[in-house]
Amino acid sequence: MIDIKKIRDDFPILKRKINGNQLVYFDNAATSQTPQVVIDEISNYYSNYNANIHRGVHKLSQEATDAYEKARQTLQFNFNAKHSHEIIFTSGSTHSVNIVASGYSNILKKDDEIILSAMEHHSNIVPWQMLCERTGAILRVAPIDQNGELILEKFEAICCEKTQLVAISHVSNALGTINPIESILSIAHSSGAVVLIDGAQAAPHIKIDLQELDIDFYIVSGHKLMGPTGVGMLYGKEKLLNMLPPYQGGGEMIDEVTFEKTTYTKLPHKFEAGTPNIAGGIALGTAINYINEIGYDSIAKYEKSLLDYATSELLEIEGLKIYGQSKQKTAIVSFNIKSIHAYDIGVILDKLGIAVRTGHHCAQPIMDYFKIPGTVRASFSFYNTKEEIDIMVGAIKRAKLMLV
Amino acid sequence: MKTIAYIQQEIIDEFALFDDWVQRYEYMIELGKSLSIIDKKHRTDSNIIKGCQSKVWVYAELKKDKLIYTADSDAIITKGIIALLLRVFSEQHPSDILAADTSFIDEIGLKEHLSPTRANGLLSMIKQLKMYAIAYQTQLN
Repeated sequence: MIDIKKIRDDFPILKRKINGNQLVYFDNAATSQTPQVVIDEISNYYSNYNANIHRGVHKLSQEATDAYEKARQTLQFNFNAKHSHEIIFTSGSTHSVNIVASGYSNILKKDDEIILSAMEHHSNIVPWQMLCERTGAILRVAPIDQNGELILEKFEAICCEKTQLVAISHVSNALGTINPIESILSIAHSSGAVVLIDGAQAAPHIKIDLQELDIDFYIVSGHKLMGPTGVGMLYGKEKLLNMLPPYQGGGEMIDEVTFEKTTYTKLPHKFEAGTPNIAGGIALGTAINYINEIGYDSIAKYEKSLLDYATSELLEIEGLKIYGQSKQKTAIVSFNIKSIHAYDIGVILDKLGIAVRTGHHCAQPIMDYFKIPGTVRASFSFYNTKEEIDIMVGAIKRAKLMLV
Repeated sequence: MKTIAYIQQEIIDEFALFDDWVQRYEYMIELGKSLSIIDKKHRTDSNIIKGCQSKVWVYAELKKDKLIYTADSDAIITKGIIALLLRVFSEQHPSDILAADTSFIDEIGLKEHLSPTRANGLLSMIKQLKMYAIAYQTQLN
């Protein structure tokens, strides 16, 4: 059960007023808000044990190292990775994808194939396109249907022995579609392909068991997971991470350095060159603990009720069309009203204190598929309420009156 | 002929009559609806300013020593602001356009629309208006 009053009190930003109105924050798919415990953790780090990790003999450095490594374990247990060294701290999902895409530069050969879905975020498209440019590999796209669901048969049809990599989002950021990753993994693995699942939109809403699902790479962004910005996770199976070369050179990632030759250190540090976002990593651990205290089951149930309520209320508005009607969805509603531009609706909603995202949501191929320039996207979190949805629906009606 | 500064003051005075943002925005939306649409032959990809969120088309031609701008956008509020910008800058001498600023937008409470985060193409549009002025100024010299 969600104790909504208590939860809302955990998020100081929710008390803000915007343009004289109480903030209604429905842009959670872009960045989730930060609970006080996470803010306190960052403050505690800088107030009490700020030091560089993994190298100092002094007390502060040891405390910081312990806290950072404990956070790594928190991530390991939360996602059920086999080893903590399979969890690489990164600056976010984009960084995570790039480590893998860059790592395959000398592994892929000309005419090898990489499969993406048509609903990918640009961060899960562009690094692969760049990899194809470097290697001569070919990018193939698994199509979606009008409901915004992946057409699994078509994915299966293009998945073959040439397929080396499959990179697909667990949840679509623009539509909310939850992809059938079990089937995707099983199809891809039977072709011998390695699968990267972009979990940026899934991790805040869905409990993930990396070992049970047999996922090869999984990526997450801290700032969508009640954590701070500038921190994220790359999970990779040990043997895959060992196979990939380091992404960046520098301190922390070396074993021995001479001017003739440098040898690299072991996982996870091989991929963590330089001083990382220590406070961010520690606070991400706190954020994950916070989510687990509420419980993924309670969150999923509550957010589903918000999604169902918002969907039915919005569909009452004449001319409103929802994009992404997958049976399996997270709490995202992407919509347009007749020929009104999403930007115009977003501007009026902002004036009324409501934060939504408008535009193509960094997923232009989806917008091209639906032949629209963009949508208004309301994305909900467990601290949102039905009353807030009512406020948004009222505001949309008002915007519609002004704009038509 | 009204100077740029005169027109800007006119707009500031008009907006001062509005009580709140709703009236300002309703006015902008009306302006957006009434903006003379850019000639179809100029609503081309080469005249487009991609703003990520809303698109803006802008075109200019010289008539005698005055620059005539036409423009359009796919978002109506963006179009409303374009209407204001064109009212200020169109049918002016290129050198006057180059010397003018757009601080009147701040004064009428629409500053946020010129923020880069809005990604609505307006900032680039203003640059483009000035680029046309530079180009035609050279031609006049």
